[in-house]
Amino acid sequence: MSDTAPRSTIRSFAFGLAVALFAVAAGLPTAAGETLAIHGRIIHTMAGDSIPDGVVVVTDGRIVAVGPAATVAVPADARVLRAAVVTPGLIDAHCVVGLAGYLNQDQDQDQLDATEPVQPELRAVDAYNPRERLVEWVRGFGVTTLHTGHAPGALVSGQTMVVKTAGTATVLRATAMVAVTLGDAGRAQGDKKSPGTRAKSVAMLRTELAKGVEYLRKQADPDVEKHPAPDLRLDAMARIVAGEWPLLVTADRATDIAAALRVAEEFGIRIVLDSAAESHLLVDRIRAAGVPVILHPTMKRSGAGETENASFETAATLRKAGIPVALQSGYESYVPKTRVVLFEAGVASANGLSVQEALATITIDAARILGVADRIGSIEPGKDADLALFDGDPFEYTTHCTGVIIDGAVVADQPR
Amino acid sequence: MPATWPTFEAPSNGLIRPGSPGSRRGSRLRSAAIAAGLAVLVMLGGQPSPAGETLAFIGATVLPVSSAEIVAGTVIVKDGRIVAVGPAATTPVPDDAERIDVTGKVIIPGLVDTHSHIGGGSGGDSSAPVQPDVRILDSINPRDPGFRKARAGGLTTLNIMPGSGLLVSGQTVYVKLRRVDTMEELLQRDAAGNALVGLKMANGTNSQRDPPFPGTRGKSAAIVRQKFTAAREYQRNVADPDVTKRPPRDLELESLVECLEGRRIVHHHSHRADDILTVLRLREEFGFRVVLHHVSEAWKVPGELARAGVPCSVIVLDSPGGKIEAMDMSLATGAVLEAAGVPCALHTDDPVTDSRLFLRSAALAVRGGMSREKALEALTLAGARMLDLGDRVGSLEPGKDADLVILSGDPFSIRTKVLQTWVEGRKVFDRDDPEDRLFAVGGYGAGRDQQAEMCCAGPTK
Repeated sequence: MSDTAPRSTIRSFAFGLAVALFAVAAGLPTAAGETLAIHGRIIHTMAGDSIPDGVVVVTDGRIVAVGPAATVAVPADARVLRAAVVTPGLIDAHCVVGLAGYLNQDQDQDQLDATEPVQPELRAVDAYNPRERLVEWVRGFGVTTLHTGHAPGALVSGQTMVVKTAGTATVLRATAMVAVTLGDAGRAQGDKKSPGTRAKSVAMLRTELAKGVEYLRKQADPDVEKHPAPDLRLDAMARIVAGEWPLLVTADRATDIAAALRVAEEFGIRIVLDSAAESHLLVDRIRAAGVPVILHPTMKRSGAGETENASFETAATLRKAGIPVALQSGYESYVPKTRVVLFEAGVASANGLSVQEALATITIDAARILGVADRIGSIEPGKDADLALFDGDPFEYTTHCTGVIIDGAVVADQPR
Repeated sequence: MPATWPTFEAPSNGLIRPGSPGSRRGSRLRSAAIAAGLAVLVMLGGQPSPAGETLAFIGATVLPVSSAEIVAGTVIVKDGRIVAVGPAATTPVPDDAERIDVTGKVIIPGLVDTHSHIGGGSGGDSSAPVQPDVRILDSINPRDPGFRKARAGGLTTLNIMPGSGLLVSGQTVYVKLRRVDTMEELLQRDAAGNALVGLKMANGTNSQRDPPFPGTRGKSAAIVRQKFTAAREYQRNVADPDVTKRPPRDLELESLVECLEGRRIVHHHSHRADDILTVLRLREEFGFRVVLHHVSEAWKVPGELARAGVPCSVIVLDSPGGKIEAMDMSLATGAVLEAAGVPCALHTDDPVTDSRLFLRSAALAVRGGMSREKALEALTLAGARMLDLGDRVGSLEPGKDADLVILSGDPFSIRTKVLQTWVEGRKVFDRDDPEDRLFAVGGYGAGRDQQAEMCCAGPTK
């Protein structure tokens, strides 16, 4: 399966129809082809300096101009919106929204299949529900793009995807990464197949990667008769060892983070560290490996267990060390069923990051780590018109998100 | 709690043992023994007595909660109590006072958390759905790092509760976050030295399980009604003038009798609107005093709550769901209750939300439409009243415990830090102390149990 396969006409149409129906049902204005002019007392473009008293012009779902209001020509027919602060649409760099339903009942939990420990062939696009209530919930706080999919909880739980929270060009990446869990959550699921110890987890992961190498080698045989029989699982592992798909390795203990780096080096594969509560203990090694970190929610519970050494300041520690870092809402098994990445970045901004730096963790830096920075993550001409509007400092608790625009359509206009 | 509350017999360890026949006998003697015991504990704990010490916090913006904001105010503390609060210009500082310059800072009362699970405690087990005899105070680890984190969040008074998996999961305990080593020293006590406790109850889905637990809402209510009916009978029988006819002591029913007599408050987990109304119905039938907790759907029944005059302690969550009965959670609940005139507190439900971020809950309630004044009250005085401690904590007024928090700025700003937390005139958290800072911010070691204060007997911080 290639990255573009699920973006077939039919799939896009189906998603588009679903979103259009939702928009009509919700009474939201749709805006295909509409020209918008969004005035902000300050516009955080995330591409150069922020612009005081600025305007963003949007046509046909794309940003066509951004700059000081005094210098940007606004078309006469443009619908004008105003906000105190305008930011790029926010990106949740890792969540399970759309797969882990908000009711938290067996029938709405599609983020984890526990029947087998290694299932890289499970696709997020086959499970994502764009009408799930939490999609609408996080969108109301300015979140326009999710990196979502199979959850931590199995050694290799499945694929992740990058998807807009509304709009017609919904799927940005059908397969973004393959989710791996080291440490407690990745072992001992009560079945005989799952690894029982940390060392066994790593040995099993290495075995699967070695199978991928073998599959790839056989596929390259000039004699097509000798090619291996098609196998979705081996094909996925082959794409990983070939560097096509990165592993998203959830690892909180320093021991598990070090193991992930060790395996990445051995097989020459791309990995992204996920959650990484003790990454602050391994800053030099992570930087030397050139591995980005999609950090746990800043407010992640830090009671007993693998996140007990988590710090509010880790995002700042990593960023100041030059490690690419994005923030996530993560996975919640109880209440609240999801966190909101806007709030997590806010707390990071109060613990060592500047407002600009904290915004980067949920906009442009997240887009870069997810490989979608050509489309989203900053306010620049040519990029998708995904914007979030606020009535004050976006990170203040008492500020409201007053508008959300995705692909040029206003998808939320009630203060939240 | 009124000073005229009936005193209960207090065993020598000072823990509550109410209601047994002839319980008043010898209470004065016992109180003296408790006081002596406490004094010994205090000395062993390396805690110098605050007696005689006078402190003057000078220059901060003071938000007393019980009265209007004071710009450039002074708070005078003596013997662990507040003796004066007012503008610096009109509030004289005693000569012997230690002056603490807090210019540019903000002082608020110590935060009151009506619903916490810190300390690693547990209540009833899975043997039965109703276990009012089980005391959480018998299971709490005072060295749990959760206590340090709570102090880092500005919390000073807590109601620590067992969980919601049982209809009655046990007795809660009210504590003060003193820097101490034993449960006995953490206890909030009445004038006679008795530990102050509540009773945790729950309805809705959490307490529905396989037998002997209820399988439906109707069965849940029936089990509770049956038990309280038995408690009424017991209440009558233990008062029988003929001593030979009195029943043997029953710890379960004894605990419920205290609720029937209004001497112990029921803290009731309830989310869905109809579950909330069921609690009101049972309260009407049995007359117990109740605080409703979580109340995800209280915004649907504000009129009923206002008419009943039942206070609500609200959990503020980042999203709806996580279970069916929280599907309609709203950030506007605080605002709706305020508009209806329903007494409203907030709580952490730690670990559901982090004690270090308790101020955030109130700020999000403001985001949802609550007034700033009522939101601050919801973190302090409103909760204190729901624990019957409204005359002792929750506001900055002469005569109240000197429990206060020094903030770097606006209580509702994300950039504001808790700089210091004081309990009864004693500093229990200081962000400038590297060890305290570790628990405030997190990092390697923040999950470890705290050092015993007793071992080192160093100067208190």
